Amino acid sequence: MSDVLLFKDIDEPGLNTLAVYEARGGYASLRKALEMTPAQVLEQLESSGLRGRGGAGFQMGKKVSFLPQGSMDKYLVCNADESEPGTFKDRELMQKTPHTLIEGIVIASYAAGAQRSFIYIRGEYVLQADVLDAALAEAREAGYVGEAILGSDHSLSLVVHRGAGAYICGEETGLLDSLEGKRGNPRLKPPFPANQGLYQGPTLINNVETLSTVPSIVAMGGENYAKLGTETSTGTKLVSISGHVQRPGNYEIELGIPSREIIYGLAGGPPQGSEIKCWFPGGSSAPVLTADDLDVPYDFDSLAKAGSMLGSGAIIVVDDSTPIVDLALKVAKFYRHESCGKCTPCREGTNWTVKMLERIDSGEATPMDLDIMASVQDHIIGNCLCVLGDAMAMPIGSMIAKFREEFEAHIEAARAHQELALAGGGG
Amino acid sequence: MAEVPRLPNAPRAAGWDRPADLGKDPALIPDPASTPVPQELRETIEELMARYPERHSAAIPALHAAQELHGWCSPEAIEQVACVMGVTPAYLDSVASFYDMLEQQPVGRHSVYVCTNISCSLRGADALLEAVVQAAGDDADFNVRAFECLGACDIAPMASVDGVYVGPLELADVPQLLEDARSGRPVLPHKQLATRLVADPHANSQEFAPHAPEEGRP
Repeated sequence: MSDVLLFKDIDEPGLNTLAVYEARGGYASLRKALEMTPAQVLEQLESSGLRGRGGAGFQMGKKVSFLPQGSMDKYLVCNADESEPGTFKDRELMQKTPHTLIEGIVIASYAAGAQRSFIYIRGEYVLQADVLDAALAEAREAGYVGEAILGSDHSLSLVVHRGAGAYICGEETGLLDSLEGKRGNPRLKPPFPANQGLYQGPTLINNVETLSTVPSIVAMGGENYAKLGTETSTGTKLVSISGHVQRPGNYEIELGIPSREIIYGLAGGPPQGSEIKCWFPGGSSAPVLTADDLDVPYDFDSLAKAGSMLGSGAIIVVDDSTPIVDLALKVAKFYRHESCGKCTPCREGTNWTVKMLERIDSGEATPMDLDIMASVQDHIIGNCLCVLGDAMAMPIGSMIAKFREEFEAHIEAARAHQELALAGGGG
Repeated sequence: MAEVPRLPNAPRAAGWDRPADLGKDPALIPDPASTPVPQELRETIEELMARYPERHSAAIPALHAAQELHGWCSPEAIEQVACVMGVTPAYLDSVASFYDMLEQQPVGRHSVYVCTNISCSLRGADALLEAVVQAAGDDADFNVRAFECLGACDIAPMASVDGVYVGPLELADVPQLLEDARSGRPVLPHKQLATRLVADPHANSQEFAPHAPEEGRP
């Protein structure tokens, strides 16, 4: 593919060091940005149409423009808590080309007028945090981070903050609480972080991939970047593909290519002799699609129209050897474990869903339980402070809707098995 | 296998089953004069606090540091961090009990987190976990845990051994994995994530079958 921005030279040995990164043209975008006014940089971000790569897909330029003007303590937080099941693209970027992220953060902070920034990286990413720390030390030494960056009047402090293992800290307000040293419970919104975020100050929160794209946008110009991809999903995107495919891994694609091309073309499709049963197009929180949806273009709006979402860009492929009940149980258990417990619909809903799925598996359920389970999902969606509950309800709801026959067959089979065991156990 | 004590329907309310001694007053901020804190730990925490506009932000990194020293977030460890940070032990307890990587009870020195989330389980993670639990047996040196998605589905099934990602793992790798961890050698060097390439199509073309023989990768 010709349009490789994020993965350019990605396997070049030593790209994580300043010397190699600079030799490859690194930090040229920062120099270019600092010659512009912050408003001009913001204009580039807005005209690029770049949408957030973390999951929500909100326009980055707009997000920056929501920050209040004027001199006050503003913050930029990079969300590197990548914990959506199936997602591992940010890990690759931070490990292989940490300076791209740092450069992106400095440029974005300049546009947003933020003087303090943090990278909140999940605690499990030990290697990546070490790489970032080393890169940051080099960048500080070279004057790319710190006071009066490259002789301009922009100053920025940057701290790599390691989390300690909690999915909910990828939710932006949960992340802020965690960064403030508390339990990572999401906050009531509004106020949104752009107005009251970290330490009650205006805060811009962006994903690693989003911020890592910023140097490319400044280099090529927002309008040129917008020529890539589709009209409403511009640019390139990293796709993490895993599960039942022959070549799992990270691939950079231009948004809008058919999903089939990613799953079969790049990742080689499911192993010989098996067929795709369903696939998550955007992490385990996305409603599942089936083999019938393989020709849906891989971009934000097409996937939304197909009833799912692009999310974090993590495709998980499940082949026909996997029982749907097992898959649903795995998904539901994850969200039960990760629910922070603050909102009742999520805390109880995830728990009851797991219990009902276990009942199906143990032969104690009736087909009516499927309707109850579906209604539990409906009662979670939209009724919590954050979308963790929704993130379970959407895929589970879609599985019940699309594979109802298999659920019913499973209920019958498990019940017959149970009765047989009881009859046999008596004798 | 170590289990985090949790209320069955409130996943992150660890410690709910610990009885409270109602006859006791709540613990106050520990008195520096009567709380011995190792000098090194004190300096680390003070340095951490200085990084943030608000000292409370250092809670997680400080607890990490104390855990490294004490092996887990013991009452003594919490007390020492509370003393340096100028917060109550209860505050730190509330933080420590929220996060999976902060240990609430004594654990083995070597952590083996086996990812059992969707992508890894589709490729045999449950059998892998079983094998690691079996092989580690009741060796007190190991803290074997099933972990939620560790963000390395490209090398599924995988595990994080003392923070080092290795995969794709086969059942036959398990004895070597534990032996390497026990003796402090690099764990399965040829299977470490750090050596994996991205853009090279061959880097991603491992045989699909979870237990297929490993091709000689660097």
